[in-house]
Amino acid sequence: MRVMPWLHCLRGVVGRELLRFLHQRSRFLAALVRPLVWLFVFATGFRMALGVAMTEPYQTYILYEVYIVPGLVGMIQLFNGMQSSLSMVYDREMGSMRVLLVSPFPRWYLLVCKLLASTLVSVVQVYVFLAIAWAYGIQAPPLGYLYVLPALLVTGCMVGALGLLLSSFIRQLENFAGVMNFVIFPMFFLSSALYPLWRIREGSYLVYQIAALNPFTHAVEMIRFAMYQRFNIEAVAISVAVAALLLALAILGYNPSRGMMARKGGGGD
Amino acid sequence: MSETSANRAGQALALEIRQLSFAYVGRPVLDDVSLSVAAGEFAVLLGPNGAGKTTLLSLVTRLHDRRRGEIRIGGYDVRRQAVQAHARIGVVFQQPTLDLDLSVAQNLAYHGALHGMGWREAKSRALVQLERVGLADQRRTRVRRLSGGQRRRVEIARGLMHSPRLLLLDEPTVGLDIASRRELVDHAHRLCAEEDVAVLWATHLIDEVRAADRVLVLHRGQLLADERAETLIARLGVDTLSEAFDLLVGTQEAACE
Repeated sequence: MRVMPWLHCLRGVVGRELLRFLHQRSRFLAALVRPLVWLFVFATGFRMALGVAMTEPYQTYILYEVYIVPGLVGMIQLFNGMQSSLSMVYDREMGSMRVLLVSPFPRWYLLVCKLLASTLVSVVQVYVFLAIAWAYGIQAPPLGYLYVLPALLVTGCMVGALGLLLSSFIRQLENFAGVMNFVIFPMFFLSSALYPLWRIREGSYLVYQIAALNPFTHAVEMIRFAMYQRFNIEAVAISVAVAALLLALAILGYNPSRGMMARKGGGGD
Repeated sequence: MSETSANRAGQALALEIRQLSFAYVGRPVLDDVSLSVAAGEFAVLLGPNGAGKTTLLSLVTRLHDRRRGEIRIGGYDVRRQAVQAHARIGVVFQQPTLDLDLSVAQNLAYHGALHGMGWREAKSRALVQLERVGLADQRRTRVRRLSGGQRRRVEIARGLMHSPRLLLLDEPTVGLDIASRRELVDHAHRLCAEEDVAVLWATHLIDEVRAADRVLVLHRGQLLADERAETLIARLGVDTLSEAFDLLVGTQEAACE
């Protein structure tokens, strides 16, 4: 089997996603403003109320702004993953998903290409955000910015695969509001993105248990440890496993004979 | 048994459908449909909205797949030899599928990549097809700035980039003015004559059918006629295809009651 056509296909899908992203400046701006508001407004206010004691992987007492950055990185990726799920629904309404799916390449490969493309878009967003945070004074060790890259790829694939899975059974565009309410907010708030787990446990044991089970918690911890040049094996293992599971389910969801596509019919008449 | 002369001559049919049935949530959409399109043939799939035309094309392109029956493209089974079968079809969907914010060339480059073409190859093939539809000088234009007819022509150019042997068009003239419609129908006929591409043109507009076209009348999921338009008109003893259509549909409805 020749390899080049497969690479051309990947390049094409990734290139299109990046081009579309560059053309949608408002989307880029929104993707950037959201975490910055959290960082500059929310975190500054909370600094007074909430100091963060020494906790892994930090080696000293840290400001709340420092604590919240990995969580906001996760939030960027979460929003991007869901937005690409929105664009899948939108794409399918507009029919361009069909253009992708009638390509002669196997469907699983096309979905993996799509997933990598949306992940790379989220990685670009994250680095721009980290650069602004750096300028603001929130600085991780320089090598941490390199080590965080694989963690970003895994997280991007995890939330992207979740988005793909959702898009295989969400039919209407409007349902993105539902995705916000029932997927993004619970995943973000019920995680270690805003408060360390031990702190949540002091507040509510139930919320703590949910947060400890939330795969997004593990993705955020994986990013947090990587930024400080540490390898949190538990967080990495869970994140990779969840990403693989969600991707498998998404591929099943897009299978023409078994998944949701078959049950829903193809639209039109 | 159902081997046709084309098959016996050693040349596989561009499209061959045998005993295709499909139900959507218990409601039958296609009922035992068999048809074939030979290389270089222009076939019109004629039927009102809801007849099952889009479903039929979705099954051929394998957008969904839960069906009974057999579909072959150029002799390749769309299930078992999906890669070869898919590589041989070009599709123009009912809904517009171009990226409005990207240029014509970028849209076509994307399609080329999806068919495993390198950047250079995709560029040169796109140029050939754009020249044919008279849009080569518009290739850097954003699709958003093109007219409806031009967008359709770009989609046809895109559908032909990978040199398919079968072009499927699902109501391609919806929303176009009369001149653009005629131009599109002419263009598709030229493809058959000059490039030996088989065309399956789904429409509900009777005036798009020409006397020499194969016409496949689909109504309520059943194939009511499969012959040249002029032969059909002569056989039923009517003057126009429109009357022939009414007669066929009327007979079917009477049979149902």
